[in-house]
Amino acid sequence: MNSSPTSATESVIDIQGLVVVLGGYPALAGADLCVARGEIVLLSGPNGAGKTTLLRACAGMVRPVRGSGQVLGFDLIAEREAIRSGVGMVGHRNGLYTDLTVEENLRFWGAMSGADSDEVAAAASAMEVDGRLASVPVGRLSAGQRRRTALAVLVVRRASLWLLDEPHTGLDAAGRDQLDDLLRRATLSGATVLFSSHEADRAARLATRSVRVEAGRVEVGDG
Amino acid sequence: MAEVSRFSVSWAVLMKDLRIERRSRVMINQIIPFSALVMVLFAFALDATNILTRVAPGLIWLAVLFSMIVIVQRGFAVESSDGALEALQAAGVDPSAVFWGKWAALVVQLTVIEVLLVGAAVLLYGVEIRAIGLVLLVTTAISATCGLAAVGTIYGGLAAGVSGRETLLPLLVLPVASPVLIGATRAVEAALGTGGTTISEGWPWLGLLSVFAVTFGVAGSFAFGPLIEE
Repeated sequence: MNSSPTSATESVIDIQGLVVVLGGYPALAGADLCVARGEIVLLSGPNGAGKTTLLRACAGMVRPVRGSGQVLGFDLIAEREAIRSGVGMVGHRNGLYTDLTVEENLRFWGAMSGADSDEVAAAASAMEVDGRLASVPVGRLSAGQRRRTALAVLVVRRASLWLLDEPHTGLDAAGRDQLDDLLRRATLSGATVLFSSHEADRAARLATRSVRVEAGRVEVGDG
Repeated sequence: MAEVSRFSVSWAVLMKDLRIERRSRVMINQIIPFSALVMVLFAFALDATNILTRVAPGLIWLAVLFSMIVIVQRGFAVESSDGALEALQAAGVDPSAVFWGKWAALVVQLTVIEVLLVGAAVLLYGVEIRAIGLVLLVTTAISATCGLAAVGTIYGGLAAGVSGRETLLPLLVLPVASPVLIGATRAVEAALGTGGTTISEGWPWLGLLSVFAVTFGVAGSFAFGPLIEE
């Protein structure tokens, strides 16, 4: 794994000195991060270090008070709406409607992004939530199946930057292996993945690069 | 993401909400029985036919208002239980389109409740619907429903991310919706001829309801995004 993206590759995330204050507390205190297209970058660090806030800032979900940068070529301060439409974020919750089936959820998100039924079917197939699972209400799925459905939504939305907060949480060993495989395949299709995880060994095997977040700052990678 | 029209997003949100309702059957199993119970309890509390006939318009709209709060709480609980509303924000979906979709779903559900409550008032309270007042009755119901749905959607979105939203929502909605309660009650009284009122007395109240609906519809369209934002 490399500690920084090569200069020859296109930067999907390029932020400098980002400061985000939440509830009077500096959740990010001057974070710098550069991620190239196709990378799988792990954010490691202790609880409260700022990993989730960094992911949310990259998704355009929180407004920085200082700093600058670009995500997917859009300005992080002035073009947050444009960033959101190209970013797919899955946090601790999956963002699904538990009363709807897998297929209905994917169709709904397809309607939000202009995807046709073929694209919806392809996304379900890619994340292995097609066939019998497609007609099962999400509320009856296992944690792993829900997480795969949430990732299928990112495929339906054609998200080019995947921001995943603790994606392995709640999954059994087989589910974690499957998730890792799915993320690798996603990057082969052109997506970029930035994720946080407390599972150091597994995450290090998955990531092409690792950076450590500590006290709201991004430190030089450990991989 | 491909450009998607605002109407397409609103339509998808509307159909999604109605599909969830059809699947969960909360409306049939909980909200309609709740509305019926309110009407029956009023009948017991005011146990005299002439009083019930006199106050029926107000009781109908009170029952609609109470039912709306339950529907709105349910409608936004569905959005926030697994973070779907936040996911919509994170996906850059036009918040005004989401507002109109949820507004339309609420209009559909309130309309069902209102039809049933008017039927209950006819059966339980002996209310008589005059043909001459039918236009005023229907237009009042449409205007009041649109206004209530706009208020419910705005404050439902506002309360969605707040702890204690179950108790907060009625506190927010009831004072703001009181002009609808008053206006709709007066207009329906005129439509039914309650207490010797005439049809012409109802039209100014209908005007008030229309202004209210347009005002809160426009406000919701612009304010819904910032309101649901963190």
